[in-house]
Amino acid sequence: MNNSVLRNVKLWSTAIALGVILQAAQAADTIKVGILHSLSGTMAISETTLKDTMLMLIDEQNKKGGLLGKKLEAVVVDPASNWPLFAEKTRELIQKDHVAAIFGCWTSVSRKSVLPVIEELNGLLFYPVQYEGEESSKNVFYTGAAPNQQAIPAVDYLMKDLKVKRWVLAGTDYVYPRTTNKILEAYLIAKGVKKEDIMINYTPFGHSDWQSIVADIKKFGSAGKKTAVVSTINGDANVPFYKELGNQGISASKIPVVAFSVGEEELSGIDTKPLVGHLAAWNYFMSVKDKGNSAFIKEWQAYTKNPKRVSNDPMEAHYIGFNLWVKAVEKAKSIETDKVAAAMIGLEVPNLTGGTAKVLKNHHITKPVLIGEIQGNGQFEVVWKTKAEVPGDAWSKFLPEDKNIVADWTAPINCGNYNTKTKKCSGQNYK
Amino acid sequence: MTRQPLILHLIRDDRGGQIFIGLLVATLLLVSISNLLMPADSVWHLSTYAVTLLGKYLCYALLAIALDLVWGYCGILSLGHGAFFALGGYVMGMYLMRQIGERGVYGNANLPDFMVFLNWKELPWYWFGFEHAWFAALMIVVVPGMLAFVFGWLAFRSRVTGVYLSIITQALTYALMLAFFRNEMGFGGNNGLTDFKDIIGFSLQSDSTRIGLFVASGVALLLGYLVARYIVTSKFGRVIIAIRDAESRARFVGYKVESYKLWLFVVSAGLAGIAGALYVPQVGIINPSEFQPLNSIELAIWVAVGGRGTLYGAVAGALVVNFSKTFFTGFIPEAWLYGLGAIFIIVTLFMPKGLVGLIKQRVVPVKAAGAA
Amino acid sequence: MRILWYTRRHAMLSCLAWLFACLPSPGLGQDTTAKPADNAAAFTQALAGLKADDFDQKETALRQLVQVNDPRVLEIFKALQDARLYIATQSGEFIYLNEDTDPPSGMKVLNGDKLADIDPAAYDKVSVNNQLRTTLKELIAGLNLHSPDRALRLAAVNELVGDVTPEKLALFNQLLTQEKDPEIAEVMQVAIAIADLDGTDSQAKIQALQRLSDSLRPEAYNRIKSLLAESGTQPDSSGVIAAATKALNNIDSRRERYRFIETTIFGLSLGSILLLIAIGLSITFGVMGVINMAHGELMMLGAYTTYLVQAALPNAIDYSLFIAIPLAFLISGLVGVAIERGVIRFLYGRPLETLLATFGISLILQQIPRTFISAQNVTVQNPSWLSGSWAINPALSITYNRLFIFGFAIVVFFGLLAIMKKTSLGLQVRAVSQNRAMAKAMGVRTEWVDALTFGLGSGIAGIAGVALSQITNVGPNLGQGYIVDSFMVVVFGGVGNVWGMLVGSLSLGTVSKYLEPWSGAVLAKIFILIFIILFIQKRPRGLFPQKGRAAEA
Repeated sequence: MNNSVLRNVKLWSTAIALGVILQAAQAADTIKVGILHSLSGTMAISETTLKDTMLMLIDEQNKKGGLLGKKLEAVVVDPASNWPLFAEKTRELIQKDHVAAIFGCWTSVSRKSVLPVIEELNGLLFYPVQYEGEESSKNVFYTGAAPNQQAIPAVDYLMKDLKVKRWVLAGTDYVYPRTTNKILEAYLIAKGVKKEDIMINYTPFGHSDWQSIVADIKKFGSAGKKTAVVSTINGDANVPFYKELGNQGISASKIPVVAFSVGEEELSGIDTKPLVGHLAAWNYFMSVKDKGNSAFIKEWQAYTKNPKRVSNDPMEAHYIGFNLWVKAVEKAKSIETDKVAAAMIGLEVPNLTGGTAKVLKNHHITKPVLIGEIQGNGQFEVVWKTKAEVPGDAWSKFLPEDKNIVADWTAPINCGNYNTKTKKCSGQNYK
Repeated sequence: MTRQPLILHLIRDDRGGQIFIGLLVATLLLVSISNLLMPADSVWHLSTYAVTLLGKYLCYALLAIALDLVWGYCGILSLGHGAFFALGGYVMGMYLMRQIGERGVYGNANLPDFMVFLNWKELPWYWFGFEHAWFAALMIVVVPGMLAFVFGWLAFRSRVTGVYLSIITQALTYALMLAFFRNEMGFGGNNGLTDFKDIIGFSLQSDSTRIGLFVASGVALLLGYLVARYIVTSKFGRVIIAIRDAESRARFVGYKVESYKLWLFVVSAGLAGIAGALYVPQVGIINPSEFQPLNSIELAIWVAVGGRGTLYGAVAGALVVNFSKTFFTGFIPEAWLYGLGAIFIIVTLFMPKGLVGLIKQRVVPVKAAGAA
Repeated sequence: MRILWYTRRHAMLSCLAWLFACLPSPGLGQDTTAKPADNAAAFTQALAGLKADDFDQKETALRQLVQVNDPRVLEIFKALQDARLYIATQSGEFIYLNEDTDPPSGMKVLNGDKLADIDPAAYDKVSVNNQLRTTLKELIAGLNLHSPDRALRLAAVNELVGDVTPEKLALFNQLLTQEKDPEIAEVMQVAIAIADLDGTDSQAKIQALQRLSDSLRPEAYNRIKSLLAESGTQPDSSGVIAAATKALNNIDSRRERYRFIETTIFGLSLGSILLLIAIGLSITFGVMGVINMAHGELMMLGAYTTYLVQAALPNAIDYSLFIAIPLAFLISGLVGVAIERGVIRFLYGRPLETLLATFGISLILQQIPRTFISAQNVTVQNPSWLSGSWAINPALSITYNRLFIFGFAIVVFFGLLAIMKKTSLGLQVRAVSQNRAMAKAMGVRTEWVDALTFGLGSGIAGIAGVALSQITNVGPNLGQGYIVDSFMVVVFGGVGNVWGMLVGSLSLGTVSKYLEPWSGAVLAKIFILIFIILFIQKRPRGLFPQKGRAAEA
C-alpha cells in the first residue's frame, strides 16, 4: 500500500472517528480508483491477491503516464468479509473519496450488497469473478464468466470428448452452485440425459467430512456408465473433498471431477499428485503459452517479490477490466460514470490467452473457455479450448423464466432485464 | 401522572445516564440539522454516509444494552444474543422484501426474487402477513421473544447456568446460522435478503428516510435505555440483582428465580430484535452471517469494555469498540485482530469494570473528597 | 510350450485383439520374435506418433506400440502415466526425465543412455489427458496379465473385470488354468462368469449367475442388472431370469449390510475426530474449569507445525508425522503454559472472564500465521502410508488416514487416562480439581499443577492438529471450525469425565452419520446441536456427571 493511500484512509477514518466534519477534499490532480476487496476475514484468502493485482496495474498505468494527464490513485478499503460492510465501504468510496470506478467484490452476496448503493450513487463497479448470471446492472461490468462461459462448455466437453453419461452435480449450498446446477440440469435434460442419471448434492460452506458423500459418488459412478462430477464446491471445502476422493481411490480416469471454483491459487494449498487428471474449466490458466501472459506473470512475480507466486482467472478478469476502463476513459475523455459506461460498450482489449475481450451490450464480455487438467505441480494443462470467444449471457437461455429476458444497455432498450414478450423492463432501481 | 416525572425519576440518581441522554439527544439534533439543512459543500454538512454509519452504531448500542440487561444485572452471559438481533433483522428484511412487490428482477408481485429463482411456486406460510407494517412491527419483538421464551423456559427451569448456558446459547446461534444458510429454509440462503426499495412508503435511498431511520434508532436507543433503567430500578430489578449475586439464596428466600430470569431474558431478546430491525434498512442487507457465534462474542466484549451493569457503559463500549474498529481496519487491517485480541485480554485482566469503572475511579473519589 | 501356443494364437487374433493388449511378458516374448528388424522399425514409427499434438493420434500410436513386441513399451507407458516422458525440443529424441534428482537427470528411451544434469527447459513433456490415461491403464493391465509379479497381475485382472469380450474370454480361460494364486483366480472366475453372460448357452448363464451371486463387484451387479433389463418381459423358459433375480437380490442384501457397516465406520471415524479435538478441552474445561476458547487455535498451531516440519524436511514426508507429533505437543503445550501463566491464573474462579480473555488470545493466535506465513491455506502432504484405502471387499473399504486417526485418537485417549490414573501428576491434578484448598494444604504445588495441566491439555490439542492436517485445510481459520463442536462433545459427555467423552464423541459421530443420508449433512448437524441443547436441559451435567464434591464446583 503506498503512503498516500495510507494517509488518505487514515485521514478519513480519523475524521469519522472523531465525528469531525471535514469537507471532501478532492485532489484535483489525481483520478481515484477504489479497491473493494476483503483484506481480513474468511474471504481475505482469495481477495488479497486481487487487491495486489489492482495496485500493480495502477502502478503500471502511472508509469505509462497516468490517465488523461493525471495520475491514478488507489483507494484501498477493507470490507473484512462482512457483507453489510461492503455496502458501507462502497458508499464511503463514492461519497467520501469520489472514486471514478471501483474494482471489487468476490462473493455473490457481496456484489448483491453493493448493488443498491452503486446504483443509487451512480458509481461504476468491475466485478472479476465467475458468477451465476441472472443480473445486469447499469453500473456494473461483469468481467468474470457467466454460466454459459464456463459451465455449459465444460459439460459439452465431458459429454462429447469423455462420453460421460451419468452426472453428479455437487456444490456448496449457495446461490452460484444452485443457479449453475439448475441451468446444467435443464441443459442435460434437454440433451437427453435421464433424471435418474443426474445426482445433485449440496453441502454447507467449509464442509470437511466428505466420507459419505464421496462413497455415494463412488456408488453412483459404479453403475456401468461413464460418470463425471461437476463441482461447484467452494473454496475451503475442496481440500478435504479432493483428499477423500484420492483416498477412496476415485481417480480422474474413473470418475473425472470438473471444478468451476478451483484455480491455481486454491491448488497451491493442496498436494496435487493424487489429483492429476481432474479438470477445471476457466477462461484463463497460468500455464497458457502467450506473450502477454508471460509478461504479466513476470511482472506479477516481480511485484509480489515471490518467484513462485501463481496467477489465476479472476486476476486476468481484473487485468481485462482495468484495461477496458482505461480505454473507455480515454475514449470518453471523462471519468463520469454515464459517459464511461457508454464508451465501454463495444470496446476491445487483448486478454491473456491470445484473444480479445469485447464488451457486450449486456455489460458482460467475450471470453474463451478453457478446460485444464490438474498436473502434479499445481498447474493446469489445457486439454480443450473453444474455437472462438464466447459472449457472456446475463440471462440463461436454458431456464424457462429467463427465456424472454435480455439485457441491453444501448438505446432504445436501455435495460438490464427487458422482457421481449411483455416489452417491460423490471427490477431497475433508478429512474 | 404524566410521563415526565417518571423519566426524571428514572435518571435522577443516574449521573452517567443523564450525560448519555444529553449527548444522545444533542447528537440526534445536530446530525439531522447538519445533514438536512446545511448545503452539501458546507464544512458543517455531514454526509449521508456518516449518518448511516452513526445509525448503525446506535443499533449496536441498543443491542449492547439488551445484553447488559441480562449479563450485567442478572449474570446470564448469553453468547447467542446476536441470534435475536439477526431474527429481528430477518423480520424487518421480510417486510422490506414484500414491499418490493413487482419491482423485483422477475417482476413477480407475490414472490421475492430468490423464491422465483429457486422455483418456489407460492409463498411459504411463514411469510404470510409480513406485507403489513403492523404485523412485521409486532413480529420484530414477538419472534425473538418467543425463541428466548422457549429457550429460556427450558434452560432456566433445569438450572443451566454459567458457562454451560453461555455454550448452549452459542450452539443456538450456530444452529440458526447453519439453518439460515440452507436455501430450502426460504430465507434466501447465503445471499440473505437485500435490494430493498422502500419502508412504509418512503424510499430507502432518499436522504430524509435515512435521517428518519437514524433518528428512529436514536429514539429506540433512548427508549430502550429508559425501559432497561425502569426494569433495573424497580422491585423486579432488585430481585434480578439478588439472583445475580446469590442465586440459591434468592431461591431459598422464596423468589421464583426461573420466572424472573425468563422474563428478563425475553425482554432483552425483544430489545435485541428491535435493534436488528432498525439495523437492516440502514445497512441494506440481512444474511445468515449475522448469526455467527463470533458476532455474539464480540458483543460481549463491547459490554465488557464499556463496563457491565451500568447500561450507559454498554452504550459507550459499543461505540468505542466499533469506532476503533472502523478506524483501525481502515489503514492497518492486519493489525486489527491483534488489537481486538489485546482489548479482550486487557479488559478482562485489568478493567473488570470497564471504561466506565475507570472514569468513575477518577471522578468519584475526587467528588467524594470534595463533599467530605 | 504353452507360451508358444499362446503367441501363435496371439498372432492369429492380433487384428481382433486390437482393443486389447495380450502380449506375452516382454522378456519371453522377445525370444520368440521372428523379425527383430521389422519390430524395431515398427517400434520407432509407433513411438514417433507420440509427438503429435492431437490426443487421438497419440492414442493410435499407443495402440500401435502395444502391437509391437518390445520390452520398452511397458516402461514407456508407465512413464507416460507418471508424466515422465519428454521430447527434446531440438532433436525430437524421447527421454525419461527424473526431476527428483538435483539437477534433473534423464535416460534415453531408445537405448537407455543415462543423461546427467539436463535442462528441463530444453524438453517438452508428452502430455496425456484423461482419455489417454484410461487407455494406458487398460493397455498396461493387458501387458501385466502375464507379469510374474503377483501384485501387478492382480491389479491387471482387477482392471479388466467387466471388459472381457468373447475374444479375450479364451485368453482368460487359458490363463486361469495356469494361475496358482487363489485370489487372482477368484477374480478371473468372476470376470469369466460376467463374460459368460454374453453367451447364448442358458445353462452356462445360470451357472455364471450362481457364481456371481456372492460377488460384490459392481461390474457383476451391473451386468446382472442389464441382463434383466435386456430380457425385459420375455417369458423365462430357461430359468435364467429367475436365477438372475435371485442373484441380484442376494447381492442387494449383502450390499445393504455392508452399506450399514460402512456408515458405522464413517460415524466412528467422525467420532474419533471429535474425540481427538475434545480430549484436550476436557482437561482444561473439565478438570480445571477453564473455558479455553483458544483451544481451536492450539490445534491450528499443531497443524502448522506439521507444515513446517514437512517444509524443513521435504525428503522425509513419510516420517514427518513422527517428528511433528512430539513437536506439536511441545509447541502447543508451551504456548498453553504461557497462556496459563500470563492470563488465566489471574482469572480462576471467574469462568466467564476466562472465556473472553482466551477468546482474545485466539484472535491473536489466528493472526500469527497470517502475519508470518501467509493468509492462504498451506499444503500439508499425506505420507504415502496414509494415502489410499484398505479394500476389505469391493463393497467396503476404509481409507488409511481415517483408520490412522481412529487408532491415534484411541491411543491418545488411553494415554491420557493412564496419565490421569497412574502418574503422580494425574493424582495431583485430580486432587486440585476436587479440592484446591485441601490439596494445597497437603503440600501440592497447585500453581505448578495448574500450569502443567493446562500445558497437557494444550499439547493434546496440538497433536490433534497434526491429525487434522491429514484430512482438512491447514489455514489460520482451522481452529474456528471445530470450537463449537468440541465444546458440544465435552458438555454432552459430561464435564470432567473422560469415559463420557469417549462414549459421547463416538455416539455423536455415528448418530450424525446415520442421520446424514436421510437428512443431508447440514440438517444432521442442526439436529445434533438441537439435540444437545435439549439434552443439557435434561442432564445439565452431561451423560456421565461427576459425582461428589467436585460436582458442586
